Amino acid sequence: MKISMFHLMPYRDLPDDFEQRYHSVWVDPPWKELGNAEKVGQYYNWTLDELIYAAKSGMDGICVNEHHQNAYGFMPNPNLMGSVLARATNGMDVAIVQMGSTLPTTNPPTRIAEEYAMLDTMSGGRLVAGMPLGTAMDATLCAGITPIEQRERYYEAHDLILKAWTAPDIFAWNGKYFQLPMVNVWPRPIQQPHPPVWIPGLGSLSTWEFAAQHNHCYCFLNYYGPVVGKGVMDGFWQFIAQKGIEPNPYRAGFLQLVAVAETDALAEKLYEKHIRYFYNKSLHIPGEFFFPPGHQDYRSLENSIRKGLLKSQFDQLQAIPNYKFKDFVDKRLVIAGSPATVRDMLRQGVEDLRVGNLMVLLHIGSMPHDLTLKNIDLFTREVMPHLHDKWDDKWENKWWPEKLRAKRQTSLAAL
Amino acid sequence: MVAVQERTISVWENKIKPKVQVAGSGPPVVFLHGAYGLTWDPFLDELARNFTVYAPEHPGTTWGDPDGIKPLDNLWDLVLYYDEVFDQLGLQNPAVVGHSFGGMVAAEIAASYPHRVGQLVLLCPIGLWRDDAPVKNWMIMPPEDVIKAVFHDPTGPLAQQMLAIPEDEKAQQDAQIRTTWALACTGRFIWPIPDKGLKKRIHRITSSTLLVWGKSDKLVPPVYAQEFASRIKNSRIAMIDQAGHVPQLEQLGEVSTLVRDFLKS
Repeated sequence: MKISMFHLMPYRDLPDDFEQRYHSVWVDPPWKELGNAEKVGQYYNWTLDELIYAAKSGMDGICVNEHHQNAYGFMPNPNLMGSVLARATNGMDVAIVQMGSTLPTTNPPTRIAEEYAMLDTMSGGRLVAGMPLGTAMDATLCAGITPIEQRERYYEAHDLILKAWTAPDIFAWNGKYFQLPMVNVWPRPIQQPHPPVWIPGLGSLSTWEFAAQHNHCYCFLNYYGPVVGKGVMDGFWQFIAQKGIEPNPYRAGFLQLVAVAETDALAEKLYEKHIRYFYNKSLHIPGEFFFPPGHQDYRSLENSIRKGLLKSQFDQLQAIPNYKFKDFVDKRLVIAGSPATVRDMLRQGVEDLRVGNLMVLLHIGSMPHDLTLKNIDLFTREVMPHLHDKWDDKWENKWWPEKLRAKRQTSLAAL
Repeated sequence: MVAVQERTISVWENKIKPKVQVAGSGPPVVFLHGAYGLTWDPFLDELARNFTVYAPEHPGTTWGDPDGIKPLDNLWDLVLYYDEVFDQLGLQNPAVVGHSFGGMVAAEIAASYPHRVGQLVLLCPIGLWRDDAPVKNWMIMPPEDVIKAVFHDPTGPLAQQMLAIPEDEKAQQDAQIRTTWALACTGRFIWPIPDKGLKKRIHRITSSTLLVWGKSDKLVPPVYAQEFASRIKNSRIAMIDQAGHVPQLEQLGEVSTLVRDFLKS
């Protein structure tokens, strides 16, 4: 399997009483009260250093994403980060996984076709092109996209980007949301016909259908681990079976929070407060921000209300503030402990979910730089090598840059 | 209680099939509902004593026709759509009463087709914007906050009725789906700020216009009454005590008399 390090680039120093004093971590946390630009400059540099360290330590890929007005992650243009990462990993067998530029809010979407092509050429064909729909917070509240139009805009932007990469000739795009008289993207990607496309999703049927229809990799990105994830991924694989599509595990991606220390006890001591910071502060978001009416199309809305999906998710969130380290690990929200504990739990999770493209969040909440490097170091040396062989006996990762599909030689010497 | 008749009409090349509730007798009055969907209420009962009330549901908000929103991309389409709805109902130049979102739609119709609207009644309409008095974004407000902003008395029976949850689970789900989708469909024309150019067109309104505003409206602040009145040539304002964003229900007797007398004048 392929394992990539995901980074959110969070604010690492929110006040202890943040969740009592402020309405939300996303959209309306007041910069003037909470933000410090000098510190943020340090965070960006640490984030880049951590991802580059992961690349040098043998990680298969390094991931960044896009969020706006959000103290848990604020890379408003992930491609600014991606360009530094592409340059810094020049010559290494590591994928640049952009998870990625948000399609409905980038105007015109050919901007993404251009920036991703820049990254693919700069990296020598190592790009994975993530194509997120975007959360309601980012798209409707921060960028002003009309909720009922977000998904339609997304589909149109996706079709435009793929055509911009693959059309042999200059073309006019006469869409509903975008009209461009002469599309002729410079540069085009090295990878042909285009870089692998990953579609991040939160379990909605429309997104599975979309990913399957276009033969893209579907990535379930949430923070609640394989036990919660299984409900969604089982549904996904049933859907794939019904459609008669090859059940290649590399067709799916999953994000998991992971924290490794020498022993289980030490993991608790080192990581508990950062895990609690993540779930209590970084995910402090009011429910009404998640689903402004129209963000879900009518069928998804009906499905989630009839099945009580929203309510069960909400109930689960309500319980988390009281969790201790043991609860987080027992419920597998976070996979944490000694290398042996982590590799057993992770292997189990990956098998249960049938996931070939694993993303691990190795920087969590308020984790300081040194501890993050330690986590990366232990993960890449003591955990990752034990998982790499999974799935490769039978399946090829068609959703990975072609030149990197062979097993990566760990380049510890490069450190 | 008057007998309310339900009609389904077919508009926009049969792509949109809204339900229209019709009741009463006398000169025609079209009622355009707010963002939460249409409920036949005592104010409409009162209107129907003297007028034939036509209350169409906004496109997409009709139960069973959720895709009715798809053919209409923007406000221009919506105004043209209502021109067709009036034709379908056989109405030349009816009086139009619009509440909140429906008030904005009524004002847009009257500005686009000044001769199509006989008289105009706007109950706490949206459609204009002042930075110093922003219209609240009800699409991202929890229900308990909406109640506080909408009602003069958020603990009164009207407010409680709006918060009440049906006992039957299926009915509860239906209500949640219906309300959410009504907000989604009307949201297409107002997100994220309900200022879509009415200020450029409002001078074209020639209908005599009554503006009704609850003095305690915390959703769309009462300062907007003057904003509308100063731009509509033939208009007057009625400010209602002890009423918020739904003055026609919180002060049913006073407002229905006001509206009746205005429409009869």
